[in-house]
Amino acid sequence: MAPRPYERPSPRWQEAAFQKGILLAALAIVALLGAVFLSLLFHSKPSLLAFGASFLFEKTWDPVSGTFGAIPFLLGTLLTSFLALAICVPFALAISIFVGEYFRSGMLSSLVKNVTELLAGIPSVIYGFWALFVLVPIIRSIQMKLGIFPYGVGILTASIILAVMIIPYAASMGGEVISLVPSDIKEAAYSLGATRQEIITKVILPYSRSGILAGILLALGRALGETMAVTMVIGNSNLLPSSLFGPGNTMASIIANEFTEATATLYLSALIEIGVVLFLVTTVINIVGAYVVKKTSLGG
Amino acid sequence: MEGTVLKTVRLSAYYGDNCVIKTVDLAIPESRVIAVMGPSGCGKSTLIRCFNRMHELTPGARVEGRVLLREADLYQMNPIAVRTRIGMVFQRPNPFPMMTIRDNVIAGYKLNGIRLDRATRDGIVETSLKRAALWEEVKDHLGRKGPTLSGGQQQRLCIARALAVEPDILLFDEPTSALDPTATARIEALMTELKKSVSVILVTHNVAQAGRVSDLIAFLHAGELIEFGPRGQLLTTPKDRRTEAFLTGKLA
Amino acid sequence: MRPYRLRLRATKDNGFKGLVFVMSFLSMAPLALILFYIAKQGLSSLSWGFFLEIPKPVGAQGGGIANALVGTFLLVVIAALPSIPLGIGAGIFLSEHREGAISYWARLAVEVLQGTPSIVLGLIAYMWVVVPMGGFSALSGGIALGIMMLPMIIKATEETLNLVPYALKEASLALGVPYYRTILRVVLPAGMSGIMTGILISVARIAGETAPLLFTAFGNAFMNWDVAKPVNALPMLIYNYATSPYPEWHRIAWGAACVLVGFILLLNLFVRMVIRRWKVQF
Repeated sequence: MAPRPYERPSPRWQEAAFQKGILLAALAIVALLGAVFLSLLFHSKPSLLAFGASFLFEKTWDPVSGTFGAIPFLLGTLLTSFLALAICVPFALAISIFVGEYFRSGMLSSLVKNVTELLAGIPSVIYGFWALFVLVPIIRSIQMKLGIFPYGVGILTASIILAVMIIPYAASMGGEVISLVPSDIKEAAYSLGATRQEIITKVILPYSRSGILAGILLALGRALGETMAVTMVIGNSNLLPSSLFGPGNTMASIIANEFTEATATLYLSALIEIGVVLFLVTTVINIVGAYVVKKTSLGG
Repeated sequence: MEGTVLKTVRLSAYYGDNCVIKTVDLAIPESRVIAVMGPSGCGKSTLIRCFNRMHELTPGARVEGRVLLREADLYQMNPIAVRTRIGMVFQRPNPFPMMTIRDNVIAGYKLNGIRLDRATRDGIVETSLKRAALWEEVKDHLGRKGPTLSGGQQQRLCIARALAVEPDILLFDEPTSALDPTATARIEALMTELKKSVSVILVTHNVAQAGRVSDLIAFLHAGELIEFGPRGQLLTTPKDRRTEAFLTGKLA
Repeated sequence: MRPYRLRLRATKDNGFKGLVFVMSFLSMAPLALILFYIAKQGLSSLSWGFFLEIPKPVGAQGGGIANALVGTFLLVVIAALPSIPLGIGAGIFLSEHREGAISYWARLAVEVLQGTPSIVLGLIAYMWVVVPMGGFSALSGGIALGIMMLPMIIKATEETLNLVPYALKEASLALGVPYYRTILRVVLPAGMSGIMTGILISVARIAGETAPLLFTAFGNAFMNWDVAKPVNALPMLIYNYATSPYPEWHRIAWGAACVLVGFILLLNLFVRMVIRRWKVQF
């Protein structure tokens, strides 16, 4: 019998090399994460040793005297992120209900979905640029009408632009989960004489609540780490924020503003320590969010 | 003296331009079990969906003619009002998975925004579950979630839920086709008992089932009402050739 | 049951629908507003000179963004070179090994890295590249951006490969093709559109990033092709010029914003084309 034209000896070493290669790639990712975390900790050591736990409770940030406390920025981050979340959730819910229930298909649905996707693709610095030149003057004139000092920039302004930026993240999961609510549940509710609005608020939304929650957590994670747009309109003050209309700073924006100016080792390591806090906070939120997503797709 | 609970006058139903129910005239007496039968695609589910105005929920669907509940023209009423007087039980049991058994039973009230005080609520729950022959099995577990029950129990829960709003008519759309024979038998017994208080209209493709539970049978073919008469007479001496063909299994 | 409060509930029903409509469209307004404003302010700045010249000193008219364009190009290439093979490799591993400890930790690492704020990754690149090198460079910026690209490419690869039906693999294996070739020559090409999409989307993402570059690539007023030296980048130029007090620089920043947004929109369109033409239907 003539040998088949493509008969070859079994390529053992290539097979093994391939398997090893992809294994190494996967291990590299894990190693990368570990290295990231360890590096952050290591380089923040001077600051950790100098201040200990009081870093998180001290409210003075003075590079000149060497006192570093992170409270103003922790507060700034929490204030802007949660305020942004509060503003964005109603709109994100509206979009989710729009594309998940009222308009599942068709031109209007595609329009809303595409626009929402595009909103997520616009770079942060562009949002900041626009906010600086359009939003800030508007806020300034409102402040003047209300008799408040017309900073224009400040926590509120930063929260507003942040809210616009995170709408797509909050709406993304929601729309999908809502459209996946089984139709026989909805039919049962219709047959009991409920109106569409009642079915949405009392049947569809409770059914989809974990998917919606996951989207919100995703949005929160984004908001906490957002840097450029916030830096451009938050006013950059290192004091404890006194009011929503006043300036402040977030953990991300203080690093962005001062890192290139920091020369002393203690200063640098204090900023890196802020990076550690930021990293930990966003990681926890993202892991919780990913866990909720997994439970939703398995449980439904 | 019993009257006519539901009457259709030249009822036609369309999906777009496609006519699926062709000028049906039907007069249904109350406190009876009416079986609506016919081969697949004859329009039996569509017909009863015209009664509780669920047909029009499909985009492009419409209805012509009139449907009268006692003397009231259903298509002049608010559809929500119609659905609280004509209830429906579906082919697959569909209890609300995120509600407890208790809440499922009174879902008709909850969803409509009606607040009930504890005593009234518990009364309705007990009455409805007893009417659906489910009370004994779940009375100690009212706080459990819907899907923990077996298929047959879930379907009886759906029946209790539909009964809780006290409709005049209860529509059953092939309610036992997803259930095993024991569960089926229980629901058939239930229908026979229920007709004393609620008129039952049952869609089924199972001739034997119709033979067991119905008082009157309506036979539908390709959207037309071919025959409507007492069970015994229709099953043994059908007047139309097509009815006979269906009953003897020649029509699918 | 008697019908309950029908008129009120019907009004609520319509009111609710209207509210959902209005709020949905309001949410889309910012996109339109931003795009229009950028176009209005920036289109007038665009000219051949704009693309080919480097910025002029303060006070002088004209100048362009050529060095920023070059810088962004260099950064994307440096970021993509290691990330694409590494990302695809890890993605293949995760798709082949649905269970197991390594997969679990790798997936966790991908989630955490994806959620890490970009400025923190900039800190990492600073510590790992800038400090040892003794100065800012395109290389460090590229590394930071590369770490950002990784999770996106890994996820896209894994998800795409999971969609390739087992029947395809079976057919290849039944012909006597070794496993690794089956993956490389059959499965991977079948998922190419999804993987390409992932790569393009991650490029669009990092092209607009500023934060990680602030203390890695650092910026440069002049043209620079040397990866060991600082470079300018489009988003960084926008940031610096927008926050400066000079109206002439604002004008340039608007033009640059036009270019950046235009580039991202084009990439998105391109992605849709790729999906339509190359997507294998199973």
